[in-house]
Amino acid sequence: MKYLLDITGLTVSYYTDIGRAIALNQVDLKLKQGEKLGLVGESGSGKSTMGLAMMRMIKPPGKVEGGSVVIGGVEMLQLSDKEMLKKRLSTISYIPQGAMNSLNPVLKIKRQMIDAYKAHYPNHKLDQVLQLAHEAMTSVELPEHVLEMHPHELSGGMKQRVCIAIGILLRPQIIIADEPTSALDVVTQRQVIETLNRVQQKIGSALILIGHDMGLMAQSMDKVAVMYAGEIVEINDVQTIFTNPKHPYTQALISSLPRLQNRGEFRGIPGMAPSLYRLPNGCRFHPRCNQQQPQCQTTSPHKSVFEDEKYVTCHLYEAS
Amino acid sequence: MNTATLELKNVSKLYRVGKKAVHALNPISFDLLGDPARIITVAGESGSGKTTLASIMLGLLGPTTGQVLYEGKDVSRLNGAQYRDFRKNVQAVFQDPFAVFNPFYQVDHLLEVPIRKFNPGLSKVARRKAMEEALEAVGLQPSEILGRYPHQLSGGQRQRINVARAIVIKPKILVADEPVSMVDASLRANILEALVSLRENHKVNILYITHDLTTAYHVSDSIIVLYRGSVMEAGDITKVVESPQHPYTQLLINSIPWPDLERKWDNQQYANPDIQEISGAGCKFYSRCPNRQSGCQVTPQLVPLFPSHLASCLLHQPQANLDSNLTQNL
Repeated sequence: MKYLLDITGLTVSYYTDIGRAIALNQVDLKLKQGEKLGLVGESGSGKSTMGLAMMRMIKPPGKVEGGSVVIGGVEMLQLSDKEMLKKRLSTISYIPQGAMNSLNPVLKIKRQMIDAYKAHYPNHKLDQVLQLAHEAMTSVELPEHVLEMHPHELSGGMKQRVCIAIGILLRPQIIIADEPTSALDVVTQRQVIETLNRVQQKIGSALILIGHDMGLMAQSMDKVAVMYAGEIVEINDVQTIFTNPKHPYTQALISSLPRLQNRGEFRGIPGMAPSLYRLPNGCRFHPRCNQQQPQCQTTSPHKSVFEDEKYVTCHLYEAS
Repeated sequence: MNTATLELKNVSKLYRVGKKAVHALNPISFDLLGDPARIITVAGESGSGKTTLASIMLGLLGPTTGQVLYEGKDVSRLNGAQYRDFRKNVQAVFQDPFAVFNPFYQVDHLLEVPIRKFNPGLSKVARRKAMEEALEAVGLQPSEILGRYPHQLSGGQRQRINVARAIVIKPKILVADEPVSMVDASLRANILEALVSLRENHKVNILYITHDLTTAYHVSDSIIVLYRGSVMEAGDITKVVESPQHPYTQLLINSIPWPDLERKWDNQQYANPDIQEISGAGCKFYSRCPNRQSGCQVTPQLVPLFPSHLASCLLHQPQANLDSNLTQNL
């Protein structure tokens, strides 16, 4: 039983003037090669922190306080900064939120791709690098002349695809895409997600798609992990998440979705997510939960693990 | 027939940048009638002219051609008192729930300013009552909101306060420009519910501007689909979403990521949206259309296909016995 990615007990806090915000609390996540996982949750639930922690890109006042991130047998959190630099892009790559702002406006796309490549293989010939850059552009279906353009000449969808092209340049084993389509309209969104799926399949890497649009998860993911206030409350295959969700929060999330069948019905989730500075005792979701039990207010629930590393963190399932 | 509250007569907008000119909005005419109250969606991708249309309706932008009439009077020629009346009755909610708040003031300030301006005679108690009513109308607890600062509230709450601000002075028309696009999916339901209850309980007409057809389908009565400034399809929302006739609307609807495992994206390939449009005559969707033909170089007319369902595409023959007026079909 080998997992490509094995995260256990990952804990990240941000220290600010008003105290310690626990952004990630004892998070476990396992992923096989080629698997596609959707990471969903409200703003502030720790989705992006999770992606950044895997990349070791948490900056002060944030701090990784515990746990381990093992990719292909290597513990990422123990590597030196220099070694980690080599791992980024070649083993694990991160496609940031808002591609609009993540490209350098004064450099041509080509230059930015060469820079990324040269950082890993300074001795390779330029021809070789350009060859790879062309391949990357082809796999995201952009014409080659885009390499000679500056970011401002491209549309939002094109910029996002350039970011994907840079992300897959070195054929990483894991791609983390952090809300890659949140600023795009539906047609472009579909194109970007389909491109992402195609390149993922082509290079056989695992994909983690961070976002809050359950529709995108239903369209293209194998598994979904639902986050709430810094914890993963449920990981399940996409089928179970949509048809038979276990955790009350997942259930509320699924029933709040607008579908064709329930026109004009609105079922929002009452209440709001807790502040990470002042978390409720017991289960973090209990103030908003409709299946609350006495112990939920005092004791944190444990993980109830099902087969294939799926789990739910809720008292309702602890007995079985 | 009484005069429409807001009437657009052949309104178009041309933006000029140096020698280049962009037709942001091609001539469009329709009325927003006061009664019964309706929610009309204006849908389209970035650059389709949605926000230009909203700005023109709000009087923030003058049309290049045509007129906007408020209760029969040209908005650009209103006198002081009439303009105040227009401002009071045509209100807006904008996209970003964070940018409209002044972080140094309690949220009460945002709600109180419009009351003071449009209802200067009210006592402090009456003002407070109006604020509480508006907050309740959008599903918020006044005791949890009043006296707080913006940073203490979530994005969903702030956006509902924006809706409350718009309705505190009881407008007739609300123009909501992408009100939920920056709010978490799980909180969208609350804001949309607030919009629907405004229509039901307060008889407010709403122009809902969005690129998200899923939410449009859930809240609105009718829809206008724009592409590069032209109306592609319009009519009753259930008809347009359930059986789209124009290839562009079909593309939009097929691209929706439905949160439904039974309804996956189809495999149809569409031309790249990055292709730049050649301006000039003809159907705006020509370069991306899978069904394009030689006749498409003539600009198609918006024609009725079914009752309450218009489209502008050569593929469809107009039904001569039906009304082609946009307003009648909304």
